[in-house]
Amino acid sequence: MTTATAPTAGAVAPRQHAPVRRPSMLRLTVVELRKLVDTRAGRWLLITIGLVAAVIVTLQLIYAKDVEQTFVNFFVPSLLPVGVLLPVLGILSITSEWSQRTALTTYALVPRRERVVAAKLIAVMLTALASVLASLAVAAVGTLVASATGGAGTWGMDASLIVNAVILQVTSVLMGAAFGLLLLNPPLAIVGYLLLPTLWGVLGEMVRPLRGPSEWLDTSKTMEPLFSSDAVTGEQWGRMAVSLLVWMVLPLAAGLVRTLRREVS
Amino acid sequence: MITVENLTKRYGPHPAVDDVSFQCEPGTVTGFLGPNGAGKSTTMRMICGLTAPTAGRATVSGRAYRELPNPGREVGVLLDASAQHAGRTGREALTLSAYTMGLDRREVAAKLDLVGLNAVAAKRRVRAYSLGMRQRLGLAHALLGNPRVLILDEPANGLDPEGIFWMRGLLRDFADRGGTVLLSSHLLREVEAVADRLVVIGGGRIVAQGNKNELLAGDGTVVRARDGAALRRALEAAGLSAADSSEGLLVQADAEAVGQAAADAGVALAELRPAGGGGLEQLFLTLTAGESTKEAVR
Ligand SMILES: Nc1ncnc2c1ncn2[C@@H]1O[C@H](COP(=O)(O)OP(=O)(O)OP(=O)(O)O)[C@@H](O)[C@H]1O
Ligand SMILES: [Mg+2]
Repeated sequence: MTTATAPTAGAVAPRQHAPVRRPSMLRLTVVELRKLVDTRAGRWLLITIGLVAAVIVTLQLIYAKDVEQTFVNFFVPSLLPVGVLLPVLGILSITSEWSQRTALTTYALVPRRERVVAAKLIAVMLTALASVLASLAVAAVGTLVASATGGAGTWGMDASLIVNAVILQVTSVLMGAAFGLLLLNPPLAIVGYLLLPTLWGVLGEMVRPLRGPSEWLDTSKTMEPLFSSDAVTGEQWGRMAVSLLVWMVLPLAAGLVRTLRREVS
Repeated sequence: MITVENLTKRYGPHPAVDDVSFQCEPGTVTGFLGPNGAGKSTTMRMICGLTAPTAGRATVSGRAYRELPNPGREVGVLLDASAQHAGRTGREALTLSAYTMGLDRREVAAKLDLVGLNAVAAKRRVRAYSLGMRQRLGLAHALLGNPRVLILDEPANGLDPEGIFWMRGLLRDFADRGGTVLLSSHLLREVEAVADRLVVIGGGRIVAQGNKNELLAGDGTVVRARDGAALRRALEAAGLSAADSSEGLLVQADAEAVGQAAADAGVALAELRPAGGGGLEQLFLTLTAGESTKEAVR
């Protein structure tokens, strides 16, 4: 390492400057998107998400019956594993600021912490949208390969399935972010996110009085209709909304309050 | 300009910072001193809006930190050099902040250059940085937005002698051009060399503050003569009280008065100088005596 020997005068002179404006939401969002990819861990998480979708399609090309090798059948199954990894992305985006202690610089530069949190939520939602595009692209490649290798290779799909996929992935990434905001610690948030709803599901199966509420609160059940081509009914939407209120909106709100109040050190 | 008014922070029943008030004027370097656990870092975090004060308030350039529209352009902050993402490169860490502040990308290279992190170091991940390199990166970060105010918590910690010398020049130059610097450090010689004003805290309370020269001058004078008894009589005759110390007689008066008293009595002096010679170190130890870490940490 070389060291600057002479004090370099002038270069750090405090200057009288015109009033500076605060950074826009767009700027903050770009920064948060960049933070998702500028570390090895972040890049690998995104690559893994892409690879998982590709692996699912490849497996189907090898093992699925020819008639089942359709665009829909390539697309829908890739949503589930991607939907498991996206919350991890949401969690890490929020909690790494605390585990890596970058919160100290981040919140010194943007003391309105809610703006940083909003930028992070927008960034991970955009990533969730991109993941749906990736799933579509991989499914399209799968369909092309299928039609070239004797599979059905049919393209027809309800547009509603794309909307469902977007809802599914955006809500799962937000659920992850909500747990991250609330727990502010990566391992705790990941374990909490993966364990709590599952635990709830298991309890719902085992404990009879809980079976009713679990129909409304177990996200793995309430989100299930999104995977099917059948139109989602009003009651199904209602259950979904209730479960998301409990597992996404409430932790988001409580987590935001906690993040705004927390001492950064 | 930094104004701190009656800042107080309690963790549980014990105040970590207790009714602290001081001001840092443009054009000055203020040395912020105190034993471990005295509350320096906590005070600085409160100034920067990172810790909510229990009572009191602080402003930077006339506004609460949280009200600054783009704080990085007004205040350069270095609170903890190790608070960087280990997996990012030095350059990337600065690039993120430069973009947040809306700065030209060239500022990143310029500041890396300024603090002496070369291209190879800038491309390395912070995980692989030495303590001194992290400190330099932190300084580059604080200087990035060309601020008018600097708040630095132990910035010399881990710097090599050359780096410390360089930083002294940089801070002096920054203040001489009208900047405001608040600097905490345990390297008293550094603080003595660069600071104009001192704020000393112990156990969360201010124990002394003011102009560095005035604070140091309050120390008295050490005087020694081969004929100690004659010197003592001479001082008594001049109405100066003298106390024994390991180095000679300690007189609560300036060197001129002591020298005159000795000359009037015809006593030849062997030594005459401001007390201590340890200067700031002695002042620090006197002021914070009893404020041991044990008490501060509780
Ligand atoms: N987050 C916290 N929770 C509880 N106590 C705290 C917290 N932060 C600081 N303290 C306490 O406040 C007091 C002041 O700590 P602070 O870090 O401000 O001291 P300091 O003057 O910076 O010390 P040093 O010279 O060692 O850096 C200490 O007693 C410390 O234990
Ligand atoms: Mg400290």
